[in-house]
Amino acid sequence: MAGIGGAETTGRKARWAVLNVLVVAYALFPVLWIVSLSFKTKETLADGNFIPREWTLENYTSIFSTTEFVRALVNSIGIALIATAIAVVFGTMAAYAIARLDFPGKRVLVGISLLVSMFPQISLISPLFEIERTLGLFDTWPGLILPYITFGLPLAIYTLSAFFREIPWELEKAAKMDGATPGQAFRRVIAPLAAPGVFTTAILVFIFCWNDFLFAISLTSTENSRTVPVALSFFTGSSQFEDPTGSIAAAAVVITIPIILFVLFFQRRIVAGLTSGAVKG
Amino acid sequence: MSHALTTEEGERASEGRQKAKAALSEGKKAERRLGLLLCAPAVLVMAGVAGWPILYSLWLSLQRYDLKFPDRKEFVWFDNYVTVLSNSYWWNAVWITVVITVVSVVIELVLGMALALIMHRTLVGRGIVRTSTLIPYGIVTVVAAFSWRYAWTPGTGYLSELVAGGEPVLTQKIPALMVVILAEIWKTTPFMALLLMAGLALVPEDLLKAAAMDGANGWQRFTKVMVPVMKPAILVALLFRTLDAFRVFDNLFVLTGGSQGTTSVSMIAYNNLIKGLNLGIGSTMSVLIFLMVALIAFVFIKLFGTAAPGSDNGGRR
Repeated sequence: MAGIGGAETTGRKARWAVLNVLVVAYALFPVLWIVSLSFKTKETLADGNFIPREWTLENYTSIFSTTEFVRALVNSIGIALIATAIAVVFGTMAAYAIARLDFPGKRVLVGISLLVSMFPQISLISPLFEIERTLGLFDTWPGLILPYITFGLPLAIYTLSAFFREIPWELEKAAKMDGATPGQAFRRVIAPLAAPGVFTTAILVFIFCWNDFLFAISLTSTENSRTVPVALSFFTGSSQFEDPTGSIAAAAVVITIPIILFVLFFQRRIVAGLTSGAVKG
Repeated sequence: MSHALTTEEGERASEGRQKAKAALSEGKKAERRLGLLLCAPAVLVMAGVAGWPILYSLWLSLQRYDLKFPDRKEFVWFDNYVTVLSNSYWWNAVWITVVITVVSVVIELVLGMALALIMHRTLVGRGIVRTSTLIPYGIVTVVAAFSWRYAWTPGTGYLSELVAGGEPVLTQKIPALMVVILAEIWKTTPFMALLLMAGLALVPEDLLKAAAMDGANGWQRFTKVMVPVMKPAILVALLFRTLDAFRVFDNLFVLTGGSQGTTSVSMIAYNNLIKGLNLGIGSTMSVLIFLMVALIAFVFIKLFGTAAPGSDNGGRR
């Protein structure tokens, strides 16, 4: 509660530094632990040491030599990217309409997307399981992409309509004066201005898809479309006597890397996206 | 003023007005068409993949439908609801879910507020703090859950030795629940903090200064100035997190697998559906969970009043 006026003394800076270190430690502890496990040798896995006594890359080479993991990684990347792309395109269109155009049913749309974002995902599992089995979508990429788009959309619509309200819309009017149709004004003038917001939204939606476990474990049954979080929970080790801990830790670290990269490079954008959508939306 | 004009002039003027009106409504119509067109794909997807299935699960919940005995499929009205609502495992799952939700959300609110204040006010290293708090938000829940599982398992873990004296924490009901709650708190406090931080940014600095001048101490400035201004942000954060916590599944799946009576509602529905292949009972649970979530959302939105997200219909400023 410090920091209302007054001089910035070194003492206060030091106190903040201590608090910050605590926060950083809080955030990183479990991550560092799984990283540590992933570099331990089979013999030292169970020693409980936070820093590995012997380092090895064996866990990584072994998971990348199994189709179980590699296939799951391909599935995860492909499914998340496709779902994100579609959700962001549809979301951009809808958010533009919400932020800029006057049409009947606008409030209903906002209401529906709010409803979907609050939806308990488990409630969709039983009908989707049955519907997808009938349509032959069960255990396929589209079978996961569809629910991901559906739950990514409200997130996209909220975040984007918040971003779109910040755009200098006079430019659109100017474009229309110069004879552009509303469609052209959208494509040529507004879309480039909106790109940063769209990019941020894409990151948020991608993180959601990348993270999902419930749909992935319920709507898949084979390597055909199983994503990494699910494959992880099925890792058994190469024989029944072998403990899969090392492989699970290594696979866990691999799928954490994209998240760490996003966070490192786009911290400011992610914070802006999360906060603007939730409070102003 | 038209009485001042000659008839001819009046006619011409009203003609002009009508033309303008027609042009305007033409533009309006085009705008409406474009608006509906732009929203159509989003609406279709949400209606097709969320709206229709929820209606379908209502239909499924009224049938005896076990995929292991597909021949015995039959319309049984509310029999499934009677079965579920008179089942003690179901009520245990409801109870466990409520405990996890309430305890984790309350602790998250306190911790999240502290974290938000730190992120908002810190004098040094703001970027580093924000970046590192985003890691729990972004990390795959299953990954974090495995980290906690190994940490609490005697042998591989450091926490079981350190805190529990080598006891197998995850095989006892209450300690296991505490670990699940801890994992939930770790993962989602940063999200809570970010939402609260957005609220903090709305607190006018002048107001805080004025309060300080009038002799308000830190705690008074917090409760009397900041909290009232932040109320909408606090309610939004609480709503999002409560509904999210109520869906708890990933952490439980990895940490306990629902053993020792630690099954949540999502977990028990999953077990009936995917493991038990009982679509009738599973759908009944789905519908009940949906109703509970709707109830929670309704209560919150009543509390929100006009501060509800979406009640600001946006549009032009």
